[in-house]
Amino acid sequence: MRDVAIVSFSQLPSVKVIDATDEAELVQPVTSDAMEQVDLTQDDIGFTCSGSTDYLPGRPFSFVAAVDGLKAWPPIRESHVEMDGAFALYEAWVRLMHGDIDTALVFSFGKSSLGPVPDILNLQNDPYYVQPLGLDSISAAALQAQAMIDAGKASERDFAEVAARSRKNAIGNPNAHIKGEFSVDEMLEEPYISSPLRKSFCPPVSDSAAAIVLAVGDRARKLVKRPAWIRGIDHRTEAHALGQRDLTTSPSSTLAAERAGLGQRSVDLAELHAPFAHQEIILREAMGLGDDVNINPSGGALAANSLMTAGLIRFGEAASRILSGDAGRALAHTSNGVCLQHNLVAILEGE
Amino acid sequence: MAEQCAVIGIGQTKHRESRRDLSIPGLVRDAAIRALQDAAMTWKDIDSIVIGTAPDMFEGVMMPELWLSDALGAAGKPIFRVHTAGSVGGSTAVVAAHLIQGGVHEKVLTLAFEKQSEANAMWALSPAIPFQPQLVAGAGGYFAPLIRSYIRRADAHPDTGCMVAVKDRQHGLLNPNAHLHLDQTFEQVKGSPMLWDPIRYSETCPSSDGAVAMVLASEKHAGRVKNPAWVKGTSVRTERTFFAGRDQVNPAAGKLCAKDVYDEAGIRNPLKEIDCAEVYVPFSWFEPMWLENLGFAEQGEGWKMTMEGKTKIGGEMPWNMSGGVMCTNPIGASGMLRFAEAARQVRGTAQQHQVDGAKVALGHAYGGGSQFFAMWIVSSER
Repeated sequence: MRDVAIVSFSQLPSVKVIDATDEAELVQPVTSDAMEQVDLTQDDIGFTCSGSTDYLPGRPFSFVAAVDGLKAWPPIRESHVEMDGAFALYEAWVRLMHGDIDTALVFSFGKSSLGPVPDILNLQNDPYYVQPLGLDSISAAALQAQAMIDAGKASERDFAEVAARSRKNAIGNPNAHIKGEFSVDEMLEEPYISSPLRKSFCPPVSDSAAAIVLAVGDRARKLVKRPAWIRGIDHRTEAHALGQRDLTTSPSSTLAAERAGLGQRSVDLAELHAPFAHQEIILREAMGLGDDVNINPSGGALAANSLMTAGLIRFGEAASRILSGDAGRALAHTSNGVCLQHNLVAILEGE
Repeated sequence: MAEQCAVIGIGQTKHRESRRDLSIPGLVRDAAIRALQDAAMTWKDIDSIVIGTAPDMFEGVMMPELWLSDALGAAGKPIFRVHTAGSVGGSTAVVAAHLIQGGVHEKVLTLAFEKQSEANAMWALSPAIPFQPQLVAGAGGYFAPLIRSYIRRADAHPDTGCMVAVKDRQHGLLNPNAHLHLDQTFEQVKGSPMLWDPIRYSETCPSSDGAVAMVLASEKHAGRVKNPAWVKGTSVRTERTFFAGRDQVNPAAGKLCAKDVYDEAGIRNPLKEIDCAEVYVPFSWFEPMWLENLGFAEQGEGWKMTMEGKTKIGGEMPWNMSGGVMCTNPIGASGMLRFAEAARQVRGTAQQHQVDGAKVALGHAYGGGSQFFAMWIVSSER
């Protein structure tokens, strides 16, 4: 296996609405910035891969327009996944194993403001038996949170504490959407959106775009002083039907973390893609992340949640703390599907 | 690369206008089980799954791989979803091959599907996009001007398109899985209604329901079958939509993608060193256009190969022995069907549409406005 590292990361600040921008205009600033940080241009990039979904803009082939945000001339080696940009990073990592190229550009964009996201996500459910029930993403997450309470694994106060800590962490993050000091007691006074979920236990819905440059071995060492090496990366899925899963656990995260090489050694920090507060508790338990691990120093998806980029941003936030020398070993995680069905985990390390 | 990759199992559904007898999970499972049986494997043998389909709006399920995980026995495994427009079936197979060549996994199930009867693809392809003129024309309306441009440039014989349609439909009669089984004469094709000049009704592809699956394996496992198809070259190439320097009639991305796979496979002269090809031809005129784009003919000469019958089974360079996209078009699967049919040829399992002694074959897919390309070269020799 070749050594692959994250060498740069760029994101647009996550906000409620990024007005009047098409796909190319979302993609161009972040891809250019990520390449400029390491003094590369598109001509130096061996492979380009992106992640997005057609159901946000509500039109087929929306990623095609994003290619026009790149200098795709002469024609580039390029691919696209209908998943979060973190999975595009996975495809790029696989491509770099081939051995003929040494650099890759990964990007994703999510303009969540164009439609009612919780209702759109119902379209991920079984179209024959579940979609007609109108199981929006907040209601599905509420079933999972209630299962946590019923199993005695967490209380509403635990959810509130996760939310408060996440948004406090985000105070130092200029790209976060919701940040500040929030009172746990006041959160617990909020009305339910979908019991037991209150507004503060749910993520904001944000617009954003993000990009990452990957490089191999000595090429990475030449581009930056301290590359964030991907020591292991793996993803696993679970049964789709909610009734076939124990929603209070995440065996796919356990397996992916194990196969990514988490092992017995702890990590300094973990960036977990847990849009709902209770999901952080599930993921921490599934991956055995103790109190010594700094969870979501960026604020995580509870502070900024642009669909299709929130996962790639976890990778970028984890890597940037290694690139800067602030952390030695970090875990980056991305989830996909209803109630954490599908999970991707990577272990990042400095030299 | 770290590992060699071989195709050791291939399965596909019977393609039809509407497979009302199968749900979407049933459709993908049918193809996957056939591929597993062909590879002498069970679900348990599979390390990883790579799935492709065209826009989710064709079926109305967002990221359907999440739902299809259950039908594909994916729990506990990685399942990965690729979407690169019409080339998706090809790009999906390329990602699967790279998982093996990169040493990440040893046995990968890759599949692609489309159930077009769930929606109307022509209109799903023509949405009203803010600040852009609405095409309201489907793919045919988009490609017709490119074909007219080709005819003018190459001074091509006007009957070329009809010749391709007749040939591909004759090939399709040899393929029991093909959607269209049409014993059409040249006069019938030429007499069919003109849709988008110069594209006649009988010069277009159908809308199909169907799925195709392949089992790819590393060298260690390739010995499970006696006739693996070795993957000798893979590439994906993309060019922009809006760029004044583009030549959509003879796209640079197609030429470059072909050069990538020929270089990797050590092919200098595709006409001499490749035995047959399955190429994405959704409208008949794309055969002569791609013959030139892929280097099988000099520029302006592709139509002559077609008119001389060189692309028939038994000809100098058989193209689309299975009947191709002209007979079967489950959009998201059409690219992988080309890749799989190329592999069948070099495995010697193409039955009635087998090219005698085929050893090296090209699989090709394209999508978008002739801007996304995916190709592979497969060989009976390691």
